[in-house]
Amino acid sequence: MSKAAVLAPGALAAPANIRRSSARVSNRTIVLVCYIVFLMLPIYWMVNMSFKTNEEILSGLTLYPHNPTLRNYAVIFTDPSWYSGYINSIYYVTLNTIISLTVALPAAYAFSRYRFIGDKHVFFWLLTNKMAPPAVFLLPFFQLYQTVGLFDTHIAVALAHCLFNVPLAVWILEGFMSGVPREIDEMAYIDGYSFPRFFGTVFLPMIRAGVGVTAFFCFMFSWVELLLARTLTSVDAKPIAATMTRTVSASGMDWGLLAAAGVLTILPGALVIWFVRNYIAKGFALGRV
Amino acid sequence: MDKVQDNRAWFLIIPVFLIVAFSAVIPLMTVVNYSVQEIFGPGQTFFVGTEWFEAVLKDDRLHDALVRQIIYSLAVLAIEIPLGIVIALGMPGGRSAKTSLTLVLLALPLLIPFNVVGTIWQIFGRGDIGLLGATFRAIGIDYNYTNNSAHAWLTVLVMDVWHWTSLVALLCYAGLQSIPPAFYQAAKIDGASKWAVFRYIQLPKMRGVLIIAVLLRFMDSFMIYTEPFVLTGGGPGNSTTFLSQYLTQMAVGQFDIGKAAAFSIVYFLIVLLFSFIFYTIITRTGEGEKK
Repeated sequence: MSKAAVLAPGALAAPANIRRSSARVSNRTIVLVCYIVFLMLPIYWMVNMSFKTNEEILSGLTLYPHNPTLRNYAVIFTDPSWYSGYINSIYYVTLNTIISLTVALPAAYAFSRYRFIGDKHVFFWLLTNKMAPPAVFLLPFFQLYQTVGLFDTHIAVALAHCLFNVPLAVWILEGFMSGVPREIDEMAYIDGYSFPRFFGTVFLPMIRAGVGVTAFFCFMFSWVELLLARTLTSVDAKPIAATMTRTVSASGMDWGLLAAAGVLTILPGALVIWFVRNYIAKGFALGRV
Repeated sequence: MDKVQDNRAWFLIIPVFLIVAFSAVIPLMTVVNYSVQEIFGPGQTFFVGTEWFEAVLKDDRLHDALVRQIIYSLAVLAIEIPLGIVIALGMPGGRSAKTSLTLVLLALPLLIPFNVVGTIWQIFGRGDIGLLGATFRAIGIDYNYTNNSAHAWLTVLVMDVWHWTSLVALLCYAGLQSIPPAFYQAAKIDGASKWAVFRYIQLPKMRGVLIIAVLLRFMDSFMIYTEPFVLTGGGPGNSTTFLSQYLTQMAVGQFDIGKAAAFSIVYFLIVLLFSFIFYTIITRTGEGEKK
């Protein structure tokens, strides 16, 4: 800090409050700002392109759309084969989040509170599923879901994504639950609470931040996954990310449409982050800080 | 925390057990099944023993893909972990609007579907319509990720840094948030340098989250598929064909199911082995430091 103050003699003339803040601009802040610019540039470029006509995109480089058009978005919102992709994606992602949370909550409670035969082995086994390359499961998944008649349904994708989301949910929730002292459970049982009633009315409200963070992670990993989602669907449950490959057609690439579809896949994520922004820090430590 | 011994806790585990078993154990058994059989059609299968495994272990293209994959994953770790730490150190503290905005902007790439990440970089990197490609051309570098192997490889690497460094940064930020202000005050009184504060206060406190970060980044980069598939399709040549890419080519492209299944098992074991090694090294060094 003293180094920065020496290096900023020009700031001396400025009012005291500005001077203090400018003196604090350290190398680390510069790295951070540069990195955020690096993050935003490609995204800006796609947003920029989504408002351009294809003629403008192909005719040369323009830093902002000179003839802004909403045509690309209009195509997506009026063509059912486009917008149903979004509905499908949101449908199976929500389904997956609900399933993951429902089964992970009791399991995480068991792991955080009890010792039982094989507890460590089961926990490790759950985590190994997060380490399995999805490409390994493509073919067997395809055959399994075809055999049980779930192929091309939303529930198939939701179940397949449980492969990596349930272990993750158990992991995060266990971290949050271990932060709640055991005495609370014991007090509740002494007061005559049954387990379900205690869990629903006392325990869950105490870890609601953890539940929110877990839901966020399940949403995130299910929303971004494409390999399994594409393999397990053909028409009725096709995710938007798979629909996007359609823009490569015989008449060349419809860049504007592709960019617009891309922008619309970022929006749900951005919305979700905004809601959990105050819990992100704790959430990314998986409740274990 | 002292836990109570109670085997009835298994009842709480059963739902998770069933659902993960359904989507993990059954498919995995199918893969094992395929890996020891030759399949000519429905009902026409022959037991071939370890033949497929021998074929996989002798496959030169697989060796190339494995070497490429290891170099790539190590490069990813070597760039993303230090960069993530530096970014986390530069994050504003407290609950201000500035903090929220930084967090949201940093987290944004993590919520973009993998193939859209590929699309973004495709649009960004192309020489004719992309800002990056056009900039390189303007300053005289003949940048073209579709036919220059080195450019393709670097673009895939930069794309991964763009996509995932935020995860490392957010994990480290979470670790830093847990340091009580009293630690910093004590360091100030002792006249500790910035480096000393980092080395003896911040780094030890980040150890837990760094283990998670290294493991997650290693596993995910080792399994990367969608982003390079969209951006380069594994080319030019085989320069960006990583393990998952090669596996999918084998299973779907050539329909070589037996070999692909054997490959899958070897692949899974490699990931497990590396994760275990990393985990052991990191926890060991940390233990040593405490003493």
